[in-house]
Amino acid sequence: LRPPLIRRWFSSFLNWKISLMQHHCRLSQRIFTASVSLSTTKPLPERVKIVEVGPRDGLQNEKTIVPAEVKIRLIDMLSEAGLPVIEATSFVSPKWVPQMADQEEVMRGIQRKPGVNYPVLTPNLKGYRAAVTAGAKEVAIFGAASELFSKKNINCSVEESLQRFEEVMKAAKQEGIPVRGYISCVLGCPYEGKVSPVKVAEVAKRLYSMGCYEISLGDTIGVGTPGGMAEMLEAVKKEVPIHALAVHCHDTYGQALANILVALQNGVSVVDSSVAGLGGCPYAQGASGNVATEDVIYMLNGLGIHTGVDLPKLMDAGSYICRSLNRRTSSKVAQATCKL
Amino acid sequence: MASITIFPKRIVEWPCAAPSLLFNLQGPDIHKFPDFVKIVEVGPRDGLQNEKEMVPTEVKIQLIDMLSQTGLSVIEATSFVSSKWVAQMADHTEVLRGINKLPHVRYPVLTPNLQGFQAAVEAGASEVAVFGSASETFSKRNINCSIEESMRRFEQVITAAKQAGIPVRGYVSCTLGCPYEGDIQPAQVKKVVKRLLELGCYEVSLGDTTGAGTAGSMAAMLRAVTTEVPVHALAVHCHDTYGQALANILTALQMGVSVVDSSVAGLGGCPYAKGAGGNVSTEDVVYMLHGLGIETGVDLSKVIEAGEFICQALNRPTSSKVAQATNKSKPSLSRSD
Repeated sequence: LRPPLIRRWFSSFLNWKISLMQHHCRLSQRIFTASVSLSTTKPLPERVKIVEVGPRDGLQNEKTIVPAEVKIRLIDMLSEAGLPVIEATSFVSPKWVPQMADQEEVMRGIQRKPGVNYPVLTPNLKGYRAAVTAGAKEVAIFGAASELFSKKNINCSVEESLQRFEEVMKAAKQEGIPVRGYISCVLGCPYEGKVSPVKVAEVAKRLYSMGCYEISLGDTIGVGTPGGMAEMLEAVKKEVPIHALAVHCHDTYGQALANILVALQNGVSVVDSSVAGLGGCPYAQGASGNVATEDVIYMLNGLGIHTGVDLPKLMDAGSYICRSLNRRTSSKVAQATCKL
Repeated sequence: MASITIFPKRIVEWPCAAPSLLFNLQGPDIHKFPDFVKIVEVGPRDGLQNEKEMVPTEVKIQLIDMLSQTGLSVIEATSFVSSKWVAQMADHTEVLRGINKLPHVRYPVLTPNLQGFQAAVEAGASEVAVFGSASETFSKRNINCSIEESMRRFEQVITAAKQAGIPVRGYVSCTLGCPYEGDIQPAQVKKVVKRLLELGCYEVSLGDTTGAGTAGSMAAMLRAVTTEVPVHALAVHCHDTYGQALANILTALQMGVSVVDSSVAGLGGCPYAKGAGGNVSTEDVVYMLHGLGIETGVDLSKVIEAGEFICQALNRPTSSKVAQATNKSKPSLSRSD
């Protein structure tokens, strides 16, 4: 180990350099920080894995339909930015989600960077088969912590939805394909209101014991606050080991980064986010949805947490997709850093 | 454009403990938040001062009156600075005389010098504020003097204020970074804060002027400052330019800070990054605090109304995410005390 004094000097030097960059024009060089800015509360993880959901969750919730080549280019740019996991598309019926109709083309068209995972959503066995045929090496399934949300969204109870996924799990196990689980409404439901942390824990346990290697806990409508996040994680940690948990925060009420910070303080080290904050909230028209990857990376960099992500390249990907969608970025870091 | 020195790989691959462990830090229990947080509403002054649109006096007065009804206990009303420098605040006397001052609400005003202070007192001010900087370059560029010279000016104001029994609040800008100097040493921030408190300020608000601060740098700065300054005398004034404000405020609360500055509707863009956000929105802060079970005495729905009013008058959309979400959806699902 190098002596702390030298490390402190390097870190101060880098911090100074980076601050200058941040207040000048467009960042186009590799920025790296080994800041010694510190949290004085519970120790934070050294590394955080970012799961980039922009190409799927983000685009799925954007009104403008984006051609396959644009999606492919976006995913390739995100791969270059150093993201370790990029949710590529969804094998759902195009009748329900027209944005994802080009699922096979996208899957076959992207350049798979070694070491990067490209999970896809598979709502049922049919979707799973199509995904594997198209070359998917990882899939994801979706549950809800709210019965009403489950019924309104996919027309069945939470338990029934999990039973549907059993088929997918079985096939995936046989073929050695890892499955990620998502739970929506973990901090509130647009229909039920408050959601019990115990219910979230139950669903998480179920998904984990079914064979999901990781469970992403989604604050679907963004109503959660740090207190609720801590309480919910406390309950879920009793049933699922912390290393298998991720948080998927929405920024609809501006609470996402604060919620993510608390999740990190509680031992979570996997964070879902969406480049440029793609994907508005379907429950509050015009309001924002997914938290912006750029803003998350900025915070993690400032905490000295390693992500492997190159922020300027990430911002390039964000600018690219916003131009294609003809919309403004929802990332504050991108807004502040780019010349307007 | 500045170039970056590249040390990435070597630093990443150094086998090392997480920084917090490396420096053997023990911190407060994260579940202990303050029971009550005082919100200092800076929209009518700091907010409007940074808005391009000129706002008529009666609109400013109505905004402050609406904010007085929300339960906010401190509302920064105006600034007694020369109208040559800050045209938006030219109507300071009229505003201060025109507002309906509620008995349990304070209406501090900015007074950069003795002349401003005297005008403020004549106009009926019963609390004033002075603005220092942790960065020499920022001080020189903003108020045309060094930090030391500015302290001497403030000393005059504070002496006069003491004689008149008028409390003085101090502000320090650039506590987490300067648009000219870049990184600011926490020790430097501590020095300026101590000076203001020694001169007689009852509270010092620590401003992240560029919004570039993160939870990490906030913690480091507060840790340094609180080695010699009691935390109850500190407030945080976070900008949301990089979207970090709420996470920074949360960190400050976890370290014992219980006074937060914010601006209704997030009024006041960033003068250093055109089009970017500035002040954190009061609505978003109150939402988070209520969600944490922290009392503020503030009625969130009334703040949202005041925000809507001023945004209509300014013909601009709100910067508050809570306001955006609440306007467009079903009734808010947030817990309110």
